[in-house]
Amino acid sequence: MADKQATREAYGKALLSLGAENPNVVVLDADLSKSTKTADFGKKYPERFFNMGIAEANLLGTAAGLAAAGKIPFASTFAIFAVGRAFEQIRNSIAYPKLNVKIAATHSGISVGEDGGSHQAIEDVAIMRAVPNMVVLVPADGEETRQAIFAAANYYGPVYIRMGRLDVPLLFGEDYSFEIGKANILKEGTDVAIMANGLMVSMAMEAADDLAAEGINVSVVNVASVKPLDEETIVRIAKVTKAVVTAEEHNVIGGLGSAIAEVLAERQPTPMVRVGLKDTFGESGKPTELLEKYGLTKLELVKAVHEVLAKKQG
Amino acid sequence: MTTIELKRVANVIRQDIISMLVSAKSGHPGGSLSAADIVTTLFFNEMRVNPQDPKWADRDRFVLSKGHAAPVLYAALAEKGYFPKEELKGLRHTGHMLQGHPDMKKTPGVDMSTGSLGQGLSAANGMALASKLDGKDYRVFALLGDGEMAEGQIWEAAMAAAHYKLDNLIAILDYNGLQIDGKTDSVMSSAPLAQKWQAFCWHVIEVDGHDIDALLEAFAEAKTVKGRPTMIIAKTVKGKGISFMEDQAGWHGNAPSVEQGEQALKELREEAENLG
Repeated sequence: MADKQATREAYGKALLSLGAENPNVVVLDADLSKSTKTADFGKKYPERFFNMGIAEANLLGTAAGLAAAGKIPFASTFAIFAVGRAFEQIRNSIAYPKLNVKIAATHSGISVGEDGGSHQAIEDVAIMRAVPNMVVLVPADGEETRQAIFAAANYYGPVYIRMGRLDVPLLFGEDYSFEIGKANILKEGTDVAIMANGLMVSMAMEAADDLAAEGINVSVVNVASVKPLDEETIVRIAKVTKAVVTAEEHNVIGGLGSAIAEVLAERQPTPMVRVGLKDTFGESGKPTELLEKYGLTKLELVKAVHEVLAKKQG
Repeated sequence: MTTIELKRVANVIRQDIISMLVSAKSGHPGGSLSAADIVTTLFFNEMRVNPQDPKWADRDRFVLSKGHAAPVLYAALAEKGYFPKEELKGLRHTGHMLQGHPDMKKTPGVDMSTGSLGQGLSAANGMALASKLDGKDYRVFALLGDGEMAEGQIWEAAMAAAHYKLDNLIAILDYNGLQIDGKTDSVMSSAPLAQKWQAFCWHVIEVDGHDIDALLEAFAEAKTVKGRPTMIIAKTVKGKGISFMEDQAGWHGNAPSVEQGEQALKELREEAENLG
């Protein structure tokens, strides 16, 4: 097993087995199938693969029609084009009639890298989260992606699955269990909790190890299901740790940090620090350099933990 | 149904549109009336549907891409027996199933939720693809507006339908020449539309959208077309059938008052008498 894999790679592989298992699964892409990794499905099941060309509004609208006629369409393109270009098609043709479309978007966040800010979706989770009927999933690694894709196919209704371009550490084995609406406690500590998703989960685990060396006992919660949100687990952990850091490769406005802040403000007011993009666009560069430049690193998480602990004690 | 029978149904549908809009006190009479003969011909002659089983897997689908003309669809569905005519009074009222724009979740017989212009043809494409994929023979009909031709997504969908050779897809353009802000030609010229759709590799038929016989012929011709989708450009009159509404952009999105409604119904009843 390779120690790293991009979630989009896992998506492409998951589609192949899903396609074998369920003849109703169809896949649509908008001229990015080599990048989104749907191309392999297209080769194996050409009659069930529809390249719609560079036309995202029609991509999502056609997926809606296929779903209305009983298919389970996975519509793929980069996150910026799915959610950005075709927002209103998603809203009115898919979410409003609660059609069974899976919007499987890749190349989310600044780890897109060299293509630059125009191609780095940093607001997609916020936008999708605000749409009624929409499920929003942000898997952390290959195995979780595989399970999220199957979970999405087995759930009836629209699902937005946010995936990345960059190879990220493999965290979970087949014994891992992803469920829509459930957060996973990866490490249970008493001093502070880091609640993260996507590529920030592995950094949260590393930060927890470093902090343990300092004598700080960290809970790490993987919140891949941003909506529905596992409020019970979040509140329970916050009650214990009394300090929460959130971590996401997304604007701090409207994403995971906001979702958790909303729950805690109402149910369990808790000192918090949100790690994410500070309401700024990305730029061109190597993904790892960008993650550093924009504060999405283990070191930033360690800093944030100290900050939130100071608040907790203050 | 014979031509005269279809004309009688269209007359009833127009009356129901007027009554519905008077009760709702808002809505879109102009584009509902212009489409009445087209929708009547489809639901009462051309389409394979079963009002007792609105979700029948093998039914023909109808997508009202110009979703603001919902009243004509509701009147046709009620007349066809999908739900009691009593429901028509609930149009646009809180808690009732007839929404301002078609809602497939709430209304039996509505195959796709529409209303945001430009989106319906893509959904129709998806259904037509599914029909072929499943080896079924059901067809998909999509009714479009001419103001809607300004939406870019229509042309994305036009390209895709031809690319995927969707000969089980028939689009009908309710070409009434008017939109909210005035004449379509002055707001945003879309002519020449027949040439545009031909250039997108569709089979194009031009027809008088109020001539039932011509519509029947057009649908019969569409049935024979293989390897590409059909666009029926139906020249219509906005507000058709009501003297003071005909060809007036102002009647796009304004409901008639009780008095105007009475006048309109009087005209339609006279027409019905003449039909015998």
